[in-house]
Amino acid sequence: MIELKNVSKWYGKFQALRDCSVSVAQGEVVVFCGPSGSGKSTLIKLINGLEDFQSGDILFKSKSIRGGEMKMSELRTRVGMVFQSFELFPHLSVLRNLTIAQEKVLGRPAAEATTKALALLERVGLTSQAEKYPAQLSGGQQQRVAIARSLSMDPEVMLFDEPTSALDPEMINEVLSVMVELAQEGMTMLCVTHEMGFARKVADKVVFMDAGSIVEIGATQAFFDAPATERARDFLQKILH
Amino acid sequence: MFDFDWQALIASRHILAAGAWITLQVTLVAIACGVVWGTVLALCAVSAIKPLALFAKAYVALFRSIPLVMLLLWFFLIVPQLLKAVFDLSPTVDIRLVSAMVAFSMLEAAFFSEIIRAGILGLSRGQFLAARSLGMTTVQMMRYIILPQAFKAMLPILLTQCIVIFQDTSLVYVIALGDFFRNAVSLGERDGTLVQMLLFAGLVYWLICSTLSASVKLVQQRMQHD
Repeated sequence: MIELKNVSKWYGKFQALRDCSVSVAQGEVVVFCGPSGSGKSTLIKLINGLEDFQSGDILFKSKSIRGGEMKMSELRTRVGMVFQSFELFPHLSVLRNLTIAQEKVLGRPAAEATTKALALLERVGLTSQAEKYPAQLSGGQQQRVAIARSLSMDPEVMLFDEPTSALDPEMINEVLSVMVELAQEGMTMLCVTHEMGFARKVADKVVFMDAGSIVEIGATQAFFDAPATERARDFLQKILH
Repeated sequence: MFDFDWQALIASRHILAAGAWITLQVTLVAIACGVVWGTVLALCAVSAIKPLALFAKAYVALFRSIPLVMLLLWFFLIVPQLLKAVFDLSPTVDIRLVSAMVAFSMLEAAFFSEIIRAGILGLSRGQFLAARSLGMTTVQMMRYIILPQAFKAMLPILLTQCIVIFQDTSLVYVIALGDFFRNAVSLGERDGTLVQMLLFAGLVYWLICSTLSASVKLVQQRMQHD
Protein backbone atom coordinates (compact mmCIF):
# COMPACT_ATOMS: atom_id res chain seq x y z
CA MET A 1 0.00 0.00 0.00
CA ILE A 2 2.86 2.34 0.88
CA GLU A 3 6.31 1.96 -0.46
CA LEU A 4 9.32 4.10 0.34
CA LYS A 5 12.14 3.63 -2.12
CA ASN A 6 15.62 4.87 -1.27
CA VAL A 7 14.35 8.08 0.26
CA SER A 8 16.90 10.67 1.34
CA LYS A 9 16.32 14.06 2.85
CA TRP A 10 18.60 16.93 3.71
CA TYR A 11 18.11 20.01 5.85
CA GLY A 12 20.67 22.21 4.18
CA LYS A 13 23.87 20.22 4.49
CA PHE A 14 22.58 17.99 7.24
CA GLN A 15 21.30 14.68 5.96
CA ALA A 16 18.22 13.77 7.98
CA LEU A 17 17.30 10.58 6.13
CA ARG A 18 19.64 8.21 4.29
CA ASP A 19 18.42 5.91 1.63
CA CYS A 20 15.36 4.68 3.52
CA SER A 21 13.32 1.87 1.99
CA VAL A 22 10.36 0.19 3.60
CA SER A 23 7.02 -1.10 2.41
CA VAL A 24 3.76 -1.37 4.28
CA ALA A 25 0.97 -3.66 3.14
CA GLN A 26 -2.73 -3.03 3.53
CA GLY A 27 -3.85 -3.71 7.11
CA GLU A 28 -0.32 -3.87 8.42
CA VAL A 29 0.70 -2.15 11.63
CA VAL A 30 4.28 -0.95 11.58
CA VAL A 31 6.05 0.57 14.56
CA PHE A 32 9.01 2.88 14.01
CA CYS A 33 11.41 3.10 16.90
CA GLY A 34 14.89 4.34 17.58
CA PRO A 35 16.70 7.02 19.54
CA SER A 36 15.45 10.60 19.30
CA GLY A 37 16.80 12.43 16.31
CA SER A 38 16.97 9.23 14.31
CA GLY A 39 14.53 10.58 11.72
CA LYS A 40 11.48 8.44 12.44
CA SER A 41 9.06 11.37 12.79
CA THR A 42 10.49 13.00 9.71
CA LEU A 43 10.12 9.76 7.80
CA ILE A 44 6.42 9.31 8.48
CA LYS A 45 5.73 12.98 7.75
CA LEU A 46 7.03 12.40 4.24
CA ILE A 47 4.17 10.04 3.58
CA ASN A 48 1.47 12.72 3.72
CA GLY A 49 3.71 15.42 2.34
CA LEU A 50 4.16 17.43 5.52
CA GLU A 51 7.88 17.18 4.85
CA ASP A 52 9.53 16.98 1.47
CA PHE A 53 12.47 14.88 0.40
CA GLN A 54 15.18 15.30 -2.20
CA SER A 55 15.77 11.87 -3.61
CA GLY A 56 14.05 8.52 -3.86
CA ASP A 57 10.32 7.99 -4.22
CA ILE A 58 7.25 7.20 -2.17
CA LEU A 59 4.37 5.24 -3.65
CA PHE A 60 0.86 5.29 -2.24
CA LYS A 61 -1.18 2.50 -3.83
CA SER A 62 1.43 2.26 -6.56
CA LYS A 63 1.20 5.96 -7.42
CA SER A 64 4.07 8.29 -6.71
CA ILE A 65 3.15 11.05 -4.26
CA ARG A 66 5.52 13.35 -6.12
CA GLY A 67 5.22 14.78 -9.55
CA GLY A 68 1.49 15.42 -9.62
CA GLU A 69 0.23 11.87 -10.09
CA MET A 70 -1.94 12.54 -7.09
CA LYS A 71 -3.06 15.84 -5.64
CA MET A 72 -1.48 16.54 -2.28
CA SER A 73 -4.77 17.43 -0.62
CA GLU A 74 -6.32 14.20 -1.86
CA LEU A 75 -3.39 12.22 -0.49
CA ARG A 76 -3.81 13.93 2.87
CA THR A 77 -7.47 13.06 3.15
CA ARG A 78 -6.59 9.42 2.51
CA VAL A 79 -3.71 9.40 4.99
CA GLY A 80 -4.70 10.51 8.50
CA MET A 81 -2.21 11.84 10.99
CA VAL A 82 -2.09 12.13 14.77
CA PHE A 83 0.47 14.44 16.34
CA GLN A 84 2.44 14.29 19.55
CA SER A 85 0.94 17.55 20.77
CA PHE A 86 -2.63 16.75 19.62
CA GLU A 87 -3.01 19.98 17.63
CA LEU A 88 -6.74 20.24 18.04
CA PHE A 89 -8.04 23.60 16.84
CA PRO A 90 -8.45 25.52 20.11
CA HIS A 91 -10.93 28.07 18.77
CA LEU A 92 -13.39 25.37 17.69
CA SER A 93 -15.55 23.07 19.79
CA VAL A 94 -14.71 19.37 19.88
CA LEU A 95 -17.57 18.65 17.52
CA ARG A 96 -16.51 21.39 15.10
CA ASN A 97 -12.95 20.04 15.18
CA LEU A 98 -14.41 16.83 13.78
CA THR A 99 -16.75 18.36 11.22
CA ILE A 100 -14.87 21.28 9.71
CA ALA A 101 -12.60 19.31 7.40
CA GLN A 102 -15.38 16.90 6.46
CA GLU A 103 -17.46 19.85 5.30
CA LYS A 104 -14.81 22.11 3.81
CA VAL A 105 -12.47 19.53 2.32
CA LEU A 106 -14.69 16.56 1.50
CA GLY A 107 -17.78 18.68 0.90
CA ARG A 108 -20.01 16.56 3.11
CA PRO A 109 -23.33 18.09 4.13
CA ALA A 110 -23.31 19.44 7.69
CA ALA A 111 -25.84 16.92 8.99
CA GLU A 112 -23.89 13.98 7.63
CA ALA A 113 -20.62 15.34 9.01
CA THR A 114 -22.19 15.79 12.43
CA THR A 115 -23.61 12.28 12.46
CA LYS A 116 -20.21 10.91 11.54
CA ALA A 117 -18.47 13.05 14.16
CA LEU A 118 -20.83 11.95 16.93
CA ALA A 119 -20.39 8.30 15.99
CA LEU A 120 -16.61 8.71 16.19
CA LEU A 121 -16.80 10.53 19.51
CA GLU A 122 -18.87 7.67 20.86
CA ARG A 123 -16.26 5.26 19.62
CA VAL A 124 -13.50 7.04 21.54
CA GLY A 125 -15.80 7.46 24.54
CA LEU A 126 -16.17 11.22 24.44
CA THR A 127 -19.75 11.86 23.36
CA SER A 128 -20.38 13.97 26.44
CA GLN A 129 -17.53 16.34 25.53
CA ALA A 130 -18.81 17.28 22.08
CA GLU A 131 -19.71 20.88 22.93
CA LYS A 132 -16.60 21.58 24.98
CA TYR A 133 -13.45 23.29 23.77
CA PRO A 134 -10.13 21.45 23.56
CA ALA A 135 -8.61 23.39 26.46
CA GLN A 136 -11.32 21.98 28.74
CA LEU A 137 -10.22 18.39 28.09
CA SER A 138 -7.39 16.36 29.58
CA GLY A 139 -4.45 15.43 27.38
CA GLY A 140 -5.68 11.90 26.93
CA GLN A 141 -9.12 13.10 25.93
CA GLN A 142 -7.62 15.62 23.51
CA GLN A 143 -5.57 12.94 21.85
CA ARG A 144 -8.61 10.69 21.50
CA VAL A 145 -10.46 13.59 19.88
CA ALA A 146 -7.49 14.08 17.56
CA ILE A 147 -7.67 10.43 16.52
CA ALA A 148 -11.41 10.78 15.93
CA ARG A 149 -10.78 13.94 13.90
CA SER A 150 -8.38 12.05 11.64
CA LEU A 151 -10.80 9.15 11.28
CA SER A 152 -13.59 11.54 10.29
CA MET A 153 -11.96 11.80 6.88
CA ASP A 154 -12.22 8.01 6.37
CA PRO A 155 -8.48 7.59 5.85
CA GLU A 156 -7.04 4.40 4.43
CA VAL A 157 -3.83 4.78 6.41
CA MET A 158 -3.14 6.35 9.78
CA LEU A 159 0.16 7.91 10.80
CA PHE A 160 0.90 8.33 14.50
CA ASP A 161 3.76 10.60 15.50
CA GLU A 162 4.60 9.75 19.13
CA PRO A 163 0.93 9.97 20.09
CA THR A 164 1.52 9.29 23.79
CA SER A 165 4.80 11.12 24.40
CA ALA A 166 3.16 14.31 25.63
CA LEU A 167 0.75 12.55 27.94
CA ASP A 168 0.80 12.00 31.68
CA PRO A 169 1.44 8.31 32.39
CA GLU A 170 -2.07 7.60 33.62
CA MET A 171 -3.52 8.79 30.33
CA ILE A 172 -1.36 6.76 28.01
CA ASN A 173 -3.49 3.66 28.15
CA GLU A 174 -6.75 5.31 27.17
CA VAL A 175 -5.07 6.47 23.97
CA LEU A 176 -3.27 3.20 23.33
CA SER A 177 -6.46 1.20 23.72
CA VAL A 178 -8.11 3.29 21.00
CA MET A 179 -5.10 2.57 18.79
CA VAL A 180 -5.17 -1.14 19.57
CA GLU A 181 -8.83 -1.28 18.65
CA LEU A 182 -8.10 0.50 15.42
CA ALA A 183 -5.30 -1.92 14.61
CA GLN A 184 -7.51 -4.91 15.33
CA GLU A 185 -10.14 -3.55 12.96
CA GLY A 186 -7.58 -3.77 10.20
CA MET A 187 -6.48 -0.16 9.80
CA THR A 188 -3.12 0.27 8.12
CA MET A 189 -1.02 2.07 10.70
CA LEU A 190 2.47 3.57 10.87
CA CYS A 191 3.33 4.48 14.43
CA VAL A 192 6.34 6.28 15.79
CA THR A 193 6.26 5.33 19.44
CA HIS A 194 8.32 4.28 22.41
CA GLU A 195 5.48 2.14 23.73
CA MET A 196 7.04 -1.26 23.25
CA GLY A 197 4.11 -2.99 24.96
CA PHE A 198 1.86 -1.60 22.24
CA ALA A 199 4.35 -2.66 19.58
CA ARG A 200 4.48 -6.23 20.88
CA LYS A 201 0.72 -6.44 21.08
CA VAL A 202 -0.35 -5.17 17.65
CA ALA A 203 2.63 -4.47 15.41
CA ASP A 204 3.27 -6.76 12.46
CA LYS A 205 6.74 -5.43 12.06
CA VAL A 206 9.15 -3.05 13.68
CA VAL A 207 11.41 -0.61 11.87
CA PHE A 208 14.45 0.39 13.87
CA MET A 209 16.11 3.64 12.85
CA ASP A 210 19.30 5.35 13.89
CA ALA A 211 20.94 8.52 12.60
CA GLY A 212 18.60 8.85 9.63
CA SER A 213 19.00 5.28 8.41
CA ILE A 214 16.76 2.28 8.67
CA VAL A 215 19.01 -0.12 10.53
CA GLU A 216 16.70 -3.06 10.83
CA ILE A 217 13.23 -4.16 9.81
CA GLY A 218 11.99 -7.21 11.63
CA ALA A 219 8.82 -9.14 12.32
CA THR A 220 7.70 -8.01 15.76
CA GLN A 221 8.32 -11.24 17.63
CA ALA A 222 11.72 -11.76 16.05
CA PHE A 223 12.73 -8.15 16.59
CA PHE A 224 12.05 -8.24 20.32
CA ASP A 225 13.37 -11.76 20.88
CA ALA A 226 16.50 -11.53 18.82
CA PRO A 227 17.31 -8.22 17.17
CA ALA A 228 19.62 -8.77 14.24
CA THR A 229 21.85 -5.75 14.81
CA GLU A 230 24.01 -4.64 17.71
CA ARG A 231 22.49 -1.16 17.70
CA ALA A 232 18.94 -2.45 17.97
CA ARG A 233 19.99 -4.77 20.80
CA ASP A 234 21.56 -1.82 22.62
CA PHE A 235 18.49 0.30 22.13
CA LEU A 236 16.09 -2.36 23.34
CA GLN A 237 18.21 -3.02 26.40
CA LYS A 238 18.12 0.65 27.28
CA ILE A 239 14.40 1.19 26.91
CA LEU A 240 13.24 -2.14 28.31
CA HIS A 241 15.61 -1.88 31.33
CA MET B 1 -9.04 82.14 33.45
CA PHE B 2 -12.02 82.63 31.17
CA ASP B 3 -15.65 81.69 31.04
CA PHE B 4 -16.55 78.64 29.08
CA ASP B 5 -19.20 79.81 26.66
CA TRP B 6 -21.52 76.83 26.35
CA GLN B 7 -24.03 78.91 24.45
CA ALA B 8 -21.59 79.37 21.59
CA LEU B 9 -20.93 75.65 21.52
CA ILE B 10 -24.58 74.83 21.31
CA ALA B 11 -25.07 77.40 18.59
CA SER B 12 -22.40 75.78 16.43
CA ARG B 13 -23.41 72.19 17.12
CA HIS B 14 -24.33 71.51 13.50
CA ILE B 15 -20.89 72.37 12.26
CA LEU B 16 -19.28 70.30 15.00
CA ALA B 17 -21.58 67.38 14.26
CA ALA B 18 -20.76 67.56 10.56
CA GLY B 19 -17.08 67.48 11.45
CA ALA B 20 -17.63 64.53 13.78
CA TRP B 21 -19.36 62.69 10.95
CA ILE B 22 -16.32 63.21 8.70
CA THR B 23 -14.03 61.99 11.50
CA LEU B 24 -16.20 58.92 11.96
CA GLN B 25 -16.27 58.16 8.24
CA VAL B 26 -12.53 58.43 7.82
CA THR B 27 -11.94 56.33 10.95
CA LEU B 28 -14.34 53.56 10.00
CA VAL B 29 -13.21 53.36 6.39
CA ALA B 30 -9.56 53.32 7.48
CA ILE B 31 -10.27 50.51 9.94
CA ALA B 32 -12.36 48.44 7.53
CA CYS B 33 -10.08 48.81 4.52
CA GLY B 34 -6.97 48.73 6.70
CA VAL B 35 -7.93 45.40 8.27
CA VAL B 36 -8.91 43.79 4.96
CA TRP B 37 -5.89 45.03 3.02
CA GLY B 38 -3.68 44.46 6.07
CA THR B 39 -4.84 40.83 6.24
CA VAL B 40 -3.98 40.35 2.58
CA LEU B 41 -0.55 41.90 3.19
CA ALA B 42 0.02 39.71 6.25
CA LEU B 43 -0.86 36.61 4.23
CA CYS B 44 1.57 37.73 1.53
CA ALA B 45 4.25 38.36 4.15
CA VAL B 46 4.02 34.82 5.54
CA SER B 47 3.57 33.27 2.11
CA ALA B 48 6.10 30.84 0.73
CA ILE B 49 5.85 32.65 -2.60
CA LYS B 50 8.91 34.88 -2.52
CA PRO B 51 7.71 37.80 -4.69
CA LEU B 52 4.55 38.17 -2.61
CA ALA B 53 6.49 38.15 0.64
CA LEU B 54 8.92 40.67 -0.76
CA PHE B 55 6.12 42.94 -1.94
CA ALA B 56 4.44 42.89 1.48
CA LYS B 57 7.73 43.58 3.22
CA ALA B 58 8.53 46.52 0.95
CA TYR B 59 5.01 47.93 1.29
CA VAL B 60 5.10 47.85 5.06
CA ALA B 61 8.61 49.29 5.23
CA LEU B 62 7.65 52.11 2.88
CA PHE B 63 4.43 53.16 4.55
CA ARG B 64 5.78 52.88 8.05
CA SER B 65 8.69 55.13 7.24
CA ILE B 66 6.66 57.99 5.77
CA PRO B 67 5.34 60.57 8.24
CA LEU B 68 1.55 60.59 8.21
CA VAL B 69 1.31 64.30 7.52
CA MET B 70 3.51 63.93 4.46
CA LEU B 71 1.47 60.99 3.27
CA LEU B 72 -1.75 62.98 3.57
CA LEU B 73 -0.36 65.96 1.69
CA TRP B 74 1.08 63.69 -0.92
CA PHE B 75 -2.23 61.93 -1.45
CA PHE B 76 -4.04 65.24 -1.54
CA LEU B 77 -1.71 66.92 -4.00
CA ILE B 78 -0.79 64.08 -6.33
CA VAL B 79 -3.27 61.26 -6.09
CA PRO B 80 -6.62 63.09 -6.44
CA GLN B 81 -6.28 63.51 -10.17
CA LEU B 82 -5.55 59.83 -10.45
CA LEU B 83 -8.42 58.88 -8.15
CA LYS B 84 -10.83 61.03 -10.09
CA ALA B 85 -9.84 59.26 -13.24
CA VAL B 86 -9.79 55.74 -11.79
CA PHE B 87 -13.06 55.89 -9.87
CA ASP B 88 -14.71 58.07 -12.48
CA LEU B 89 -15.82 60.52 -9.82
CA SER B 90 -17.83 63.57 -10.71
CA PRO B 91 -15.88 66.81 -10.32
CA THR B 92 -18.21 67.91 -7.53
CA VAL B 93 -17.16 65.11 -5.21
CA ASP B 94 -15.02 66.44 -2.41
CA ILE B 95 -11.77 64.77 -3.25
CA ARG B 96 -10.30 65.61 0.13
CA LEU B 97 -12.50 63.13 1.92
CA VAL B 98 -11.73 60.34 -0.55
CA SER B 99 -8.02 61.03 -0.55
CA ALA B 100 -7.93 61.09 3.24
CA MET B 101 -9.74 57.75 3.33
CA VAL B 102 -7.37 56.21 0.79
CA ALA B 103 -4.27 57.55 2.53
CA PHE B 104 -5.37 56.32 5.93
CA SER B 105 -6.48 52.94 4.62
CA MET B 106 -3.19 52.32 2.87
CA LEU B 107 -1.15 53.44 5.83
CA GLU B 108 -3.15 51.59 8.46
CA ALA B 109 -3.04 48.43 6.35
CA ALA B 110 0.73 48.45 6.92
CA PHE B 111 0.24 48.60 10.68
CA PHE B 112 -2.58 46.08 10.75
CA SER B 113 -0.59 43.69 8.59
CA GLU B 114 2.28 43.73 11.08
CA ILE B 115 -0.10 42.97 13.94
CA ILE B 116 -1.84 40.17 12.04
CA ARG B 117 1.45 38.76 10.84
CA ALA B 118 2.68 38.60 14.44
CA GLY B 119 -0.55 36.81 15.33
CA ILE B 120 -0.02 34.25 12.60
CA LEU B 121 3.63 33.67 13.50
CA GLY B 122 2.68 33.32 17.14
CA LEU B 123 0.69 30.15 16.44
CA SER B 124 2.39 26.80 16.81
CA ARG B 125 3.63 25.21 13.62
CA GLY B 126 1.56 22.17 14.54
CA GLN B 127 -1.65 24.06 13.81
CA PHE B 128 -0.54 24.53 10.22
CA LEU B 129 0.50 20.88 9.95
CA ALA B 130 -2.79 19.68 11.46
CA ALA B 131 -4.81 21.74 8.99
CA ARG B 132 -2.67 20.48 6.13
CA SER B 133 -2.89 16.88 7.30
CA LEU B 134 -6.67 17.10 6.99
CA GLY B 135 -6.28 18.03 3.34
CA MET B 136 -7.03 21.73 3.67
CA THR B 137 -5.76 24.06 0.97
CA THR B 138 -3.76 27.12 1.98
CA VAL B 139 -6.85 29.29 1.65
CA GLN B 140 -8.98 26.94 3.78
CA MET B 141 -6.23 26.62 6.38
CA MET B 142 -5.86 30.40 6.69
CA ARG B 143 -9.57 31.10 6.64
CA TYR B 144 -10.82 28.47 9.07
CA ILE B 145 -7.86 27.68 11.28
CA ILE B 146 -5.09 30.26 11.27
CA LEU B 147 -6.66 33.70 10.86
CA PRO B 148 -9.45 33.19 13.44
CA GLN B 149 -6.83 32.30 16.02
CA ALA B 150 -4.48 35.09 14.97
CA PHE B 151 -7.26 37.69 15.18
CA LYS B 152 -8.39 36.42 18.53
CA ALA B 153 -4.89 36.55 19.96
CA MET B 154 -4.29 40.02 18.59
CA LEU B 155 -7.71 41.49 19.34
CA PRO B 156 -6.60 43.89 22.10
CA ILE B 157 -3.76 45.25 19.97
CA LEU B 158 -6.03 45.57 16.94
CA LEU B 159 -8.56 47.52 18.99
CA THR B 160 -5.85 49.76 20.40
CA GLN B 161 -4.69 50.47 16.87
CA CYS B 162 -8.27 51.48 16.00
CA ILE B 163 -8.17 54.07 18.78
CA VAL B 164 -4.88 55.39 17.43
CA ILE B 165 -6.48 55.71 13.99
CA PHE B 166 -9.35 57.69 15.48
CA GLN B 167 -6.88 60.14 16.99
CA ASP B 168 -4.70 60.30 13.92
CA THR B 169 -7.62 61.29 11.69
CA SER B 170 -7.30 64.78 13.18
CA LEU B 171 -4.27 65.16 10.91
CA VAL B 172 -6.60 65.67 7.95
CA TYR B 173 -6.30 69.23 9.24
CA VAL B 174 -3.38 69.65 6.84
CA ILE B 175 -5.52 69.04 3.78
CA ALA B 176 -8.23 71.37 5.07
CA LEU B 177 -10.78 68.58 5.37
CA GLY B 178 -13.47 69.66 7.82
CA ASP B 179 -13.33 66.88 10.36
CA PHE B 180 -14.31 67.40 13.98
CA PHE B 181 -11.00 68.92 14.98
CA ARG B 182 -10.67 71.15 11.93
CA ASN B 183 -14.21 72.46 12.33
CA ALA B 184 -13.66 73.15 16.00
CA VAL B 185 -10.58 75.18 15.17
CA SER B 186 -12.38 77.03 12.36
CA LEU B 187 -15.20 77.97 14.70
CA GLY B 188 -12.71 79.16 17.26
CA GLU B 189 -11.00 81.33 14.71
CA ARG B 190 -14.29 82.70 13.45
CA ASP B 191 -15.65 83.55 16.88
CA GLY B 192 -12.38 84.42 18.57
CA THR B 193 -12.79 81.47 20.97
CA LEU B 194 -9.86 79.38 19.79
CA VAL B 195 -8.64 78.37 23.25
CA GLN B 196 -12.09 77.33 24.30
CA MET B 197 -12.68 75.31 21.14
CA LEU B 198 -9.30 73.58 21.40
CA LEU B 199 -10.01 72.66 25.00
CA PHE B 200 -13.45 71.42 24.06
CA ALA B 201 -12.14 69.32 21.16
CA GLY B 202 -9.45 67.89 23.41
CA LEU B 203 -12.06 67.00 26.01
CA VAL B 204 -14.16 65.17 23.41
CA TYR B 205 -11.18 63.19 22.07
CA TRP B 206 -10.11 62.36 25.60
CA LEU B 207 -13.57 61.16 26.61
CA ILE B 208 -13.98 58.96 23.55
CA CYS B 209 -10.48 57.49 23.65
CA SER B 210 -10.48 56.77 27.36
CA THR B 211 -13.88 55.09 27.08
CA LEU B 212 -12.63 52.98 24.18
CA SER B 213 -9.41 52.14 26.02
CA ALA B 214 -11.39 51.03 29.03
CA SER B 215 -13.48 48.76 26.80
CA VAL B 216 -10.33 47.26 25.31
CA LYS B 217 -9.14 46.48 28.83
CA LEU B 218 -12.46 44.80 29.54
CA VAL B 219 -12.14 42.71 26.39
CA GLN B 220 -8.62 41.76 27.44
CA GLN B 221 -9.74 40.70 30.89
CA ARG B 222 -12.58 38.61 29.53
CA MET B 223 -10.19 36.91 27.14
CA GLN B 224 -7.85 36.01 30.00
CA HIS B 225 -10.73 34.35 31.81
CA ASP B 226 -11.49 32.13 28.85
